[in-house]
Amino acid sequence: MSIRGKAFIAGAYEHPERHLPNRTLPQIHADVAIGALEDAGLTTSDVDAYYSAGDAPGFGALSMVDYLGLDCHYVNDTETGGSSYLVHAQHAATAIAAGHIDVALITLAGKPRTGGASPGGSGRVGDAPEAPFESQWGMSVPGGYALAAQRHMHEFGTTSEQLAAIKVAASSHAQHNPHAFLQDLVTVEEVLESPMISDPLHRLDCCVITDGGGAMVIVSEAVASNLSRHCIPVLGTGSYVKSTQSGRIDLTHTGALRSGPIAFAEAEVSPAEIDYVSIYDSFTITVLITLEDLGFCERGQAGRFVADGALLAPHGQLPFNTDGGGLCNNHPANRGGMTKVIEAVRQLRFEANPEVQVPDCEIALAHGTGGSLATRSASSTMILGRSL
Amino acid sequence: MNLPSNAAQPNLENSPFFEGALQEKLVLPKCKKCEFVIWFPREICPECGSQNVDWFEASGTGSIYSFTITRRIPGSWSKATPFVLAYVELDEGPRVMTNIVDCDLTQIRIGDRVEKVFEEAVDRDGENGPPLLRFRPTKS
Repeated sequence: MSIRGKAFIAGAYEHPERHLPNRTLPQIHADVAIGALEDAGLTTSDVDAYYSAGDAPGFGALSMVDYLGLDCHYVNDTETGGSSYLVHAQHAATAIAAGHIDVALITLAGKPRTGGASPGGSGRVGDAPEAPFESQWGMSVPGGYALAAQRHMHEFGTTSEQLAAIKVAASSHAQHNPHAFLQDLVTVEEVLESPMISDPLHRLDCCVITDGGGAMVIVSEAVASNLSRHCIPVLGTGSYVKSTQSGRIDLTHTGALRSGPIAFAEAEVSPAEIDYVSIYDSFTITVLITLEDLGFCERGQAGRFVADGALLAPHGQLPFNTDGGGLCNNHPANRGGMTKVIEAVRQLRFEANPEVQVPDCEIALAHGTGGSLATRSASSTMILGRSL
Repeated sequence: MNLPSNAAQPNLENSPFFEGALQEKLVLPKCKKCEFVIWFPREICPECGSQNVDWFEASGTGSIYSFTITRRIPGSWSKATPFVLAYVELDEGPRVMTNIVDCDLTQIRIGDRVEKVFEEAVDRDGENGPPLLRFRPTKS
């Protein structure tokens, strides 16, 4: 059964703040839940399915359904790190296509700036079977992605200047976003001159750390047809868990190599037909490898592709992350998947910031990467249309 | 500067690896059914699903698959910067996460030959635990 055209994103909302010392974690979940429902023209009483991931407090969905006062017969707590919200959207669209639910609410919230969490940390690793073999070596989050970057450079000649071009493109978009955490345009030289964190990744190769969150509401066709808001049809989805590959990990690709083709096939579109992409950008290298995996350029050629300005909105070959992405705008709760979908929805509704709105944006792709490229990660791809 | 050395906590399933480490031997599991050399150590073969494994002593040599020199990191490792985090591809096949020690940071390259060195480690109570598997450049 294909889910193509069966489910619609009716509401999408990004918390406008990036620093929230005076809101509790449940309050931020509620802020974004209500924001997304209001965007759709719905209320909490319309919700019959709720989705949350590891950022939800307490008992996850159970705690949040109770806190928000929802009446749900369908809950899902799938945890795949930053890609969780795309996986949730896939699961919600599937449940809608099967006729089980009509209004799914997905929320993300976090306070890594003011909540006392360590930078980047969001996984539950204490009793993991791999922990005795991975926790002893000083692997930071940037350090793990640096391992992938170094290997990609070794195999394909990718350069730090090429990685920097990704940050430059993100910053050129963020300067038009009044909510962006970082709003200044940066140059390749400024990226290369920023402090080295873990070779070859500089500070400006890394995403921001922000409080905040986001939410989306996905509805059935029956509900969508009664809403005045422009509802965005889900054309295709695909997810894949890339493991450490039986201890022979290949650091030069991600699970997007598998999630992408599944989503493209279901959507019945090809990479050449995509007008706008939201690509998960925990680090510049995450974007670079994902572009190759999703088929937007040949393997090993993404460095050249991005250095040629392909990612620049509105007129580049493949405009990306027009909100400024995780690299400049927002990476709430150290998880970028939700904001990827939200900006894709803005583009398809022609509601992106005017300077970066892609003309005639008809088909968009949002992609999430959770976990670590250095070990195990979950990729999730969603293709959305302006209309069916 | 010595690297932080927090001993791993062995469990019922992976203890042969750590018993080997106490004798400075690299002991790995191998599938009895398909002979796949398993990493990370556990009693299931990720290739064929068999839970029937043997343990054998590996060479302890390999080459650097990837590495990074970490210069900034929060927590206890911050005092040890710069240090080398790496994946070493063992000659038996597995790619294992580790540190490269006793090396010139400016000379390290992907593909460099390395050999095992077991370094003393302490557990949460300050007692000696199984030593840590790290690697150093092979003396040529």
